[in-house]
Amino acid sequence: MAKHHVTTTLNGNAVEFLCETHQTLLEVLRDELHLTGTKEGCGTGDCGACSVTLDGRLICSCLMLGVEAQGKSIQTIEGMAVGETLHVLQRKFLEHAALQCGICTPGFLIAARSLLERNPDPTEEEVRYWLAGNLCRCTGYHKIVEAVLDSAREMRGA
Amino acid sequence: MSTAIDFSEKKLKVIGTSPVRPDGVPKVTGLAQYGADFSLPGMLWGKILRSPHAHARIRSIDTSKAQALTGVKAVITSADFPEQKFEYVGPERIAVNYWHMTRNIMAREKVLYEGHAVAAVAATSKAIAEEALRLIEVDYEVLPHVIDVDQAMQPDAPLLFEDMITRGIEPAPGKPSNISKRVEYKMGDIDAGFAAADEIVEASFKTSPVHQGYIEPQSCLARFDADGQAELWASNQGHFIVRTFTVKLLGMKTGDLRVHPAELGGAFGGKTVVYIEPVALALSRKTGHPVKIMMSREEVFKSTGPTSGASMTIRIGVTKDGKIVAADGLFKYQAGAFPGSPVMNGCMCGFAPYDIANVRTIGFDVVCNRPKATAYRAPGSPISAFAVESTMDMAALKIGMDPLQFRLKNIAKTGTPLVYGAKHAHEGFAETIEALMRHPGYQAPLGKNQGRGVASGYWFNGGGESSATVHVNEDGTVVVATGSPDIGGSRASMALMAAEALGIDYDRVRPIVADTNSVGYTQGTGGSRVTYATGIAVVNACNKVIDELRARAALIWKINADDVIWEDGCARPAGKKAGEFEPLPLKAIAAKRSATGGPISASASLNAGGQAPGFATQFCDVEVDPETGHVKILRYVAAQDVGRAIHKAYVEGQIHGGVVQGIGWALNEEYIYDEEGRLSNAGFLDYRIPVASDLPMIETILVEVPNPNHPFGVKGVAEANIVPPMAAIANAINNATGRRLTQLPMSPPKVLAALDAGSGG
Amino acid sequence: MSEMRYEAPKTPEAAVALLSGAHGLARVLAGGTDLLIQMRGGRVEPELLVDIKGIPEMTSIVAENGGFRFGAAVGCMVLVEHEAFAKAWPGVTDAVKLIGSIQVKGRATVGGNVCNASPAADSVPALIAAGAVASIVGPNGRREARVEDIATGPGKTSLAKGEIVTSFLLPRRPPHSGDAYLRFIPRTEMDIAVVGAGINLTLDDKGVCSQARVSLGAVAERALLVPEAAAALIGSKVDAAALKRLAAAASAACRPIDDKRGTKEYRIKVAGVLARRAAEIALDRARRTN
Repeated sequence: MAKHHVTTTLNGNAVEFLCETHQTLLEVLRDELHLTGTKEGCGTGDCGACSVTLDGRLICSCLMLGVEAQGKSIQTIEGMAVGETLHVLQRKFLEHAALQCGICTPGFLIAARSLLERNPDPTEEEVRYWLAGNLCRCTGYHKIVEAVLDSAREMRGA
Repeated sequence: MSTAIDFSEKKLKVIGTSPVRPDGVPKVTGLAQYGADFSLPGMLWGKILRSPHAHARIRSIDTSKAQALTGVKAVITSADFPEQKFEYVGPERIAVNYWHMTRNIMAREKVLYEGHAVAAVAATSKAIAEEALRLIEVDYEVLPHVIDVDQAMQPDAPLLFEDMITRGIEPAPGKPSNISKRVEYKMGDIDAGFAAADEIVEASFKTSPVHQGYIEPQSCLARFDADGQAELWASNQGHFIVRTFTVKLLGMKTGDLRVHPAELGGAFGGKTVVYIEPVALALSRKTGHPVKIMMSREEVFKSTGPTSGASMTIRIGVTKDGKIVAADGLFKYQAGAFPGSPVMNGCMCGFAPYDIANVRTIGFDVVCNRPKATAYRAPGSPISAFAVESTMDMAALKIGMDPLQFRLKNIAKTGTPLVYGAKHAHEGFAETIEALMRHPGYQAPLGKNQGRGVASGYWFNGGGESSATVHVNEDGTVVVATGSPDIGGSRASMALMAAEALGIDYDRVRPIVADTNSVGYTQGTGGSRVTYATGIAVVNACNKVIDELRARAALIWKINADDVIWEDGCARPAGKKAGEFEPLPLKAIAAKRSATGGPISASASLNAGGQAPGFATQFCDVEVDPETGHVKILRYVAAQDVGRAIHKAYVEGQIHGGVVQGIGWALNEEYIYDEEGRLSNAGFLDYRIPVASDLPMIETILVEVPNPNHPFGVKGVAEANIVPPMAAIANAINNATGRRLTQLPMSPPKVLAALDAGSGG
Repeated sequence: MSEMRYEAPKTPEAAVALLSGAHGLARVLAGGTDLLIQMRGGRVEPELLVDIKGIPEMTSIVAENGGFRFGAAVGCMVLVEHEAFAKAWPGVTDAVKLIGSIQVKGRATVGGNVCNASPAADSVPALIAAGAVASIVGPNGRREARVEDIATGPGKTSLAKGEIVTSFLLPRRPPHSGDAYLRFIPRTEMDIAVVGAGINLTLDDKGVCSQARVSLGAVAERALLVPEAAAALIGSKVDAAALKRLAAAASAACRPIDDKRGTKEYRIKVAGVLARRAAEIALDRARRTN
């Protein structure tokens, strides 16, 4: 069975790759495109460590096949900073010590950015419920929630 | 252990601030490299075949069909690993037995748990490796299995080891059993103590095994070259430990294996052992190619050690006015498939926060058909604390005393004896209780179906072997290399301590975690020991560098080195008599290094003692839904004696993390087995760790009673915080509902059953 | 695995042809949030995946005869963000909002949630209570089926080989109608429902319940429509006595199992509690709607 030849846009760049039907987008990102910033924590959509956005929509890349990316636009953690300039969320996560081991951090950043794009002024509860699909075992979520709320404040110019 | 410079009187410049961590930018941009993120040209994928049975004899393994599959480059079994001597090596509390260890990484005569490794393949793709596993034929003779600790102790229980005679019993038992060891600690006379009690409270408790729940599955990349030199990139808490275990299991010379510390995606004690590293290396040796192995989440749950489940009985005797006169604890812990539960820790820590004249603790280490237990954050102590702190609550209620008052009345102080023979050498516990008593929230009124619970906890913390090397670069910036994998932000703390010691800015110090060839031996990161022990090594190395810098300044000024002091990052003459010279900053001396003797660097190693234990006291408010048994955490306040907070935000983060793990342990986490001894919840869907919406903000109170044995007063902080939550929550549920739950987890069906039954769960 | 084919037809008829003509196991790929997990676990090894997300009829949301028709492959997030739909059917929307995380909802579809036929599927009790009708296309042409007739058991549906659900129709609502869905889970998110309760009711001008439908999830081999529970409400003002009868009827209708998510006793008890609480929310919504 020949591999699929997929053309897609990745972090704003035109990208092509080959994949077998069974390979998930997560496997393609990590093993074919060597972008290892997106992590596998469970492979079954329960932990959110593999979060990316697809046509602006927050998804788990382990729950999508690589072949389904044809013609779509994908954003991963590698595209979040612009050159040397970190995204507000990235800066705030560092300032607030919202990461310890950091394995869940790329997923949280992608998920949080997706939230703030839709809801620039979320309550603490809204932040917690939006991020319920991202598991963290190190931080107890406390500083993550603070970092997201502080990012929202700065992005609003408040 | 202490250094030449006494910092206790000086004002600290950088210690106590919260700068951004040096590994921060790579972690928020996805560039940090964890175990699964490494690749090498020609790399093969390794996969492991695991037993579908909880207990079975292996009659034969036929790997021929797997070997014949195109793309498969090697298949291995236990035959590819040398046999090991049966011997317990090292201090009893943390002894290892390589006879057990080699069988855990690849089964020999028997499989002892579902998920036990039986064979492994290396192939050119993941899919081919998985297909190859399906082609390996294992002939099993399925045996009856036992999992529950009480059932495993029954005389007719299926035996995991037909020759296991319980250690620690004199005379030794005549028949084998699943009880690997019995331990007993006592002081005073408990019979007399109980006889003098006005009230005696007794209760039995049961806990389920829980997993550390790190989000990163174990992963490694191995490379074994034809000349016998090998490298490993591994996600592990101790790359020196990986080296020690792996060379033993493969029969290699220690110096032939270089282990690189990958960034670690959570560990909490679960990654202080090896599973896949020796297997990957053996596959690499056989194929001549690098081999990468990554566990799936299912494998992590089925095959890696969680902590023990336990069955316990506690008895406490008190006087009417609240003095504890006797305490007795029985602790039966599951070890999993091989001996080595943390039951000794449970026995030693359970009553440790209190000054009780008559104490006895008895512990049993019991094998059963599930993965071998591994360390989990203060291993053993949270389990015994659930039982002890719940019983403490019952005692306080019985005599009508506030639970914090009750603890304060009985707390240990410097000099209080511990049941295991030592004496407390530090203060700090009373201060944590007092901090909560002063907290306005402790007096806040509660609403309908709401309750408040209190608990305390103790953990010894670790010292141990650490090494550090400090290099001064040509421009006066400094590299600090240690051998401690960074799982909580310790790199930043090392840099802070070095910057403080040298008197330079934090951002002129670059801390790294060096591989096993590039820095001296260092024990694993765990036991809350790194900021303490590795911190001392760093400061000691900095002090040697300072001595060297003083000597260089003396050379430049043509005076005696004894007449040069180091202050605020500069060499200065020691008083007017030494001469009038402008201070020489580190940068200036570094620039002149060539002419004054060459490069400036120093190393230090130690086996640190003098560590201080961790004390934590916490209270929480809960609301119980009386119709569903759902428990909501409304408020959580955690006080802890942290010695001195080197990096405040990271210390808070440790407390947040331990408390939330404790909340999960209390409310929903457990292993659910079917009748065949197979795990039915081997994933994050049904192994329920807390999610963001389950929790409020966690309030932390950092009490600082400095440890005089550390140059900056450090006490380990990472672990004591997971010890109280389960009892705090059980006590809060009791306060809310009048029902005492004695089984973990306190999931909704159990809470509702207790509410409906009108008695303990 | 490496022989698995992937096709992305553009019409329902083309999808039907692929599915009915398949020799080995063929599966519809909608959101994939159930299918990919089943494939990874080795429970399902399809030879053909038919990706139906490119079929316009299956991905649209349109008003129809005062009601709403939404395609079976409409993503959950797309559906919950549709203001008019959410306003008309807040209970169905509540249910769809509970399907997994935001990430899962970014791909998952109601069609998949229904046709995967988990007894605990969150959208199903709400759709049944709403009286939703599925539009199905197959080798023998088009037909309709009520949602309560689709699942026949865990993982099993009444769909014949080659049939796919293309859309769901939610009817026009009479005035003073309200629906609600509640589920019980041990955490606050991310769990499979231990019990789910969907209630849809209509009040007449005097505030008396004239119509009601009650559906329970995760308490039997498939979601149940419970007419006896609805009968407890019809003709009443949905007062405390009626709610008590409702709860009892809901509990009595359960035939649950013990599994890693709940025991029989627990499910029976909580079914009654949730049915009552969902009815209270539906009542409140009905009173506030014209």
